[in-house]
Amino acid sequence: MPVGAASWSFTEDDFGAITKSLERFLFDSNARCALLVDRSGQLVATVGEQPKFDPTAFATLTAADFSANDQLAKLIGENDFNSLFHQGEKESMYLADIARRVILVVLFDNRTTLGLVRLKMKATVDELSKFFEEVFKRGANDASKPNILAGADDEIDKLFQ
Amino acid sequence: MSMINYASREINCKIVYYGPGLGVKTTNLEHVYGKVSPDTRGKLISLATETERTLFFDFLPVDLGTIRGFKTRFHLYTVPGQVYYNASRKLILKGVDGIVFVADSQIERMEANQEAMQNLYDNMSEYGYDLTRMPFVIQYNKRDLPNAAPIRDLQSALNPGWEISDPSRMRVTANPFRSGENLVEQLQTGEWVEHAPYFDAVAVTGEGVFDTLKAVSKLVLKSLA
Ligand SMILES: Nc1nc2c(ncn2[C@@H]2O[C@H](COP(=O)(O)OP(=O)(O)OP(=O)(O)O)[C@@H](O)[C@H]2O)c(=O)[nH]1
Ligand SMILES: [Mg+2]
Repeated sequence: MPVGAASWSFTEDDFGAITKSLERFLFDSNARCALLVDRSGQLVATVGEQPKFDPTAFATLTAADFSANDQLAKLIGENDFNSLFHQGEKESMYLADIARRVILVVLFDNRTTLGLVRLKMKATVDELSKFFEEVFKRGANDASKPNILAGADDEIDKLFQ
Repeated sequence: MSMINYASREINCKIVYYGPGLGVKTTNLEHVYGKVSPDTRGKLISLATETERTLFFDFLPVDLGTIRGFKTRFHLYTVPGQVYYNASRKLILKGVDGIVFVADSQIERMEANQEAMQNLYDNMSEYGYDLTRMPFVIQYNKRDLPNAAPIRDLQSALNPGWEISDPSRMRVTANPFRSGENLVEQLQTGEWVEHAPYFDAVAVTGEGVFDTLKAVSKLVLKSLA
């Protein structure tokens, strides 16, 4: 049994690859902004228009929203809801599951439609799912990136003096 | 689930405050929020009922400094302590890296503390996490009250020690937070046990709040090192 939750890492190259894929999606769908949030509520990346709200708070609530809905799905006999849609008067958001580890959140307004966003999102979700499966397989100990905290015991002690 | 983000040069970790209802989990976060400088913390988010009982969670992100050029960001969460909110409580444990168990010292709350501890253990096992091997500290709160139980009694009820089966860990280890006490020790019965570090606290005045936070954060970072 693993001790606790696994740890994972996210590199500059990952960031580059994701940004490219999401920029293409934003262009095709005319959505404003896309955020990637991991299931424990940590913001992984933001692409497109920089949101005006607090992105950390947003990420936490997204993960909570998604996991609460997962449980609701189970109660009604579904495995999960792989996407969620929240509609506002001007702004709307669409959330999709990526490889059961990450959530893609797309913010859009009346310059586009839910139909178009959903349509263009399919390919992006597939692409990102494959991508994140690889990222998580790698775990925190990417061979090309030595564990930055290895042997940092003294520095950790100092931090908390 | 800790995340090392090389792109933004951050280490993100999740800490959950767990414990019985009205045990002052939320007050812990409020105190941290009020005391750290605004540029090292984010918004405090509370999903609570009208009577200020936690409904889903409280959340506070804090930066605790930089190690090797990486910002250490801790995401602090509380769970709802009331028994019937177990479904939400369990969701918050997902991906947790370190746990603070906030016990209510009042004698009348002994049973509630024990139930919450058992509930924590059960919820963790359902995720496949082993509480006994994770960064875990206990905070005995409301030490200001006249009906607070002696620490000795709280310790034997809530922190009697996990049994150690791995021979390589069977050596006496001093408690770095309390001189003269041990975290790992051999009982008279011959059995080896490990206790969680523990702290006295009075959350309203802030006593013990930062000691607890520092201890758990340090354990979390060390578990990554
Ligand atoms: N005696 C005493 N009471 C305290 C202290 N700190 C907080 N309280 C009171 O304890 C009560 C509960 O505090 P909360 O922090 O809301 O408790 P909680 O654990 O978050 O409770 P739930 O959200 O229901 O799980 C409040 O009425 C506080 O005023 C303390 O140091 N001593
Ligand atoms: Mg609370």
